[in-house]
Amino acid sequence: MTPTLQIFLIISAALFAIGLLAALSRHHAIFILIGIEMMLAAANLNFIAFWRFGPQAPQPVGVMIAIFSIAIAAAEWTVGLAMVIAVYRHFRTTNVDQLNQLKG
Amino acid sequence: MTDFLDQLFVRAKEWLLSLLAGFPDWVLQIASSLINIFTLLGVFLTLFALMSVLERKILGRIQNRYGPNRVGPFGLLQPVADGIKMLIKEDIVPARADKVVHFLAPILIAAGAILALGVIPYGRNMTPFSIDGGVLFFFAVGSTTELAVFMAGWGSNNKFSMLGAMRAIAQMISYELPLLITVLPVVMVVSSLTPDAIVSAQGGYTFGVVPRWFVFTPWGFAAFILFFVSGLVESNRTPFDVPEGESEIVAGHMTEYSGFKYATFFLAEYLGMFAVSGLAVTLFLGGWHAPFSFFEFVPSYFWFFMKLSILLFVYVWVRGTLPRTRADQMMNFAWKFMLPMAFTCVVAAAVWHYTGRGLRGWLWSLVVVAIVYVTLSILLDTRRKFAPRVYRFAE
Amino acid sequence: MSIIACILVAIFTLAAALAAATLQKLMHAALCFAATFIGIAAFFFLLGAEFVGLVQVFVYIGAVAVLIVFTILLTRRDVDRDRGFKWSGVIVATAVFGGLIWAILNTHPLLIAPPPVQPLTVKQIGNALMTNYVWPLLCVGVLLTAALIGSLILVMEEKR
Repeated sequence: MTPTLQIFLIISAALFAIGLLAALSRHHAIFILIGIEMMLAAANLNFIAFWRFGPQAPQPVGVMIAIFSIAIAAAEWTVGLAMVIAVYRHFRTTNVDQLNQLKG
Repeated sequence: MTDFLDQLFVRAKEWLLSLLAGFPDWVLQIASSLINIFTLLGVFLTLFALMSVLERKILGRIQNRYGPNRVGPFGLLQPVADGIKMLIKEDIVPARADKVVHFLAPILIAAGAILALGVIPYGRNMTPFSIDGGVLFFFAVGSTTELAVFMAGWGSNNKFSMLGAMRAIAQMISYELPLLITVLPVVMVVSSLTPDAIVSAQGGYTFGVVPRWFVFTPWGFAAFILFFVSGLVESNRTPFDVPEGESEIVAGHMTEYSGFKYATFFLAEYLGMFAVSGLAVTLFLGGWHAPFSFFEFVPSYFWFFMKLSILLFVYVWVRGTLPRTRADQMMNFAWKFMLPMAFTCVVAAAVWHYTGRGLRGWLWSLVVVAIVYVTLSILLDTRRKFAPRVYRFAE
Repeated sequence: MSIIACILVAIFTLAAALAAATLQKLMHAALCFAATFIGIAAFFFLLGAEFVGLVQVFVYIGAVAVLIVFTILLTRRDVDRDRGFKWSGVIVATAVFGGLIWAILNTHPLLIAPPPVQPLTVKQIGNALMTNYVWPLLCVGVLLTAALIGSLILVMEEKR
């Protein structure tokens, strides 16, 4: 018995929901980044699954999008973590609920 | 006869699998994998045991003493004694340590090293785990080492461990760039990420004498030296053993480990060393190809392990000869010299390819490498910065 | 691509993801995050996109996870515990999950078996990257350089 596309979509939906949970309900900035990353990974999983189950195109479009999204995620992490460090240096906290001032 | 000896182990595996002929496909697949895994582990654990005693003997000779010679003939049973000693030691876990992370770190570090060994072709048709992106696989599993080292340092809850782990990660990240970029020219020239394809691209002999190994081209030679130095750093060997410098920070990230967990770290370090040397042999030294055409009757795996043992001897030799570098010198060397030289190798390989891969290409790529090398040496010359030492005394 | 392997990997991935989202200690969460991405890479392997799986392990375990643990160490004051947990997030996440599952289960064309595997070689990906996708590739290169410089400027010590 081989798995169908549906199983992968369900797994990806669950991963997306867990990522949303982390992004919405935690206070620490790094947790929020982790949550966003999980949602992105769920999207990647969907791309690869649709590429695998869809009609075979001459260009592996789904794979390409996944590769580019991984590269962009790496850029996102460098900037995101640099921002976390900069904010921590300034406000001495990484709790996003306490970052409620526009004045730096 | 020659062919039989060459394919001896492949035949043996086929014979073992033929015993299982009646079973379904997936059983055969699992059996085949298991045979590969056990052979790999058996060979490299034996090599590890041998290496641990030979290293001490060679170091002893370098330092004008005998080295271990009490246990068994010529001290060759020393690893058995060491193993028994390690096994019966008490396993101490610090009270404030993060138990789970502390426990997982040695396992993860050894797993990464063993997985990395899997993609190297040890002989004709003798790649345990042949995968399309083999070189990428090697580096992907190799990159888990950094996380494992960090887990060891953080899980021990000890300042020495943490400092050692930070130093280790800093140097590993810095030297991973040259390590990766020196692989690029080979991948570019072969246009494949598969170790088997890289090895077979190095078959044959120029003028019937000089083997077509990449180390005999100027860019290949430069890349090989850079790769070897980066490999020394990645496996935390002297002269780059800053993270575990005994005289400064006890044993770095391994400070809080004892008994068999410490032995696992030791094992992982050696397996990592074998893996990096094996990849260096595959990428630059022609893998399992014989150095002379009239030696081709010798089985391919013999040549692979011969080259591997020469590289390992150089590792020990370097350890016995050079003092430890300073952390800042090492970082400067990585970013100011290694990285530009690594990029130069990529350019030189492209020049070599586009000028026809012959003598002309050889000379042109030599020119490229030489120009950058001389420029960098002039720019990074530190001799004139040294002034006569001024002694200051407490008053 | 057997269903057993698929379910095992799914359990591993989702458990690690849940742990990464809910664990109190930041460092444990970061390590679970790394485990999650190993699971996702295993999915890519199952689906026949080995290259993407390897890139995923390489980028996330080798670079991003190390960056995260470094950041956690540098912002050390509240490294130990992150107690706050908003339960409203759970409601939203459950609602989204329910909606997605409802949509997936009610779309019947999704119940298809995979077509026979055509191995995707690294060479094909390289060719595609160098022909049809060369502009996106260059853009990603520029983006990565910009991110590198930007993050360096962000964390640079301010001179008084």
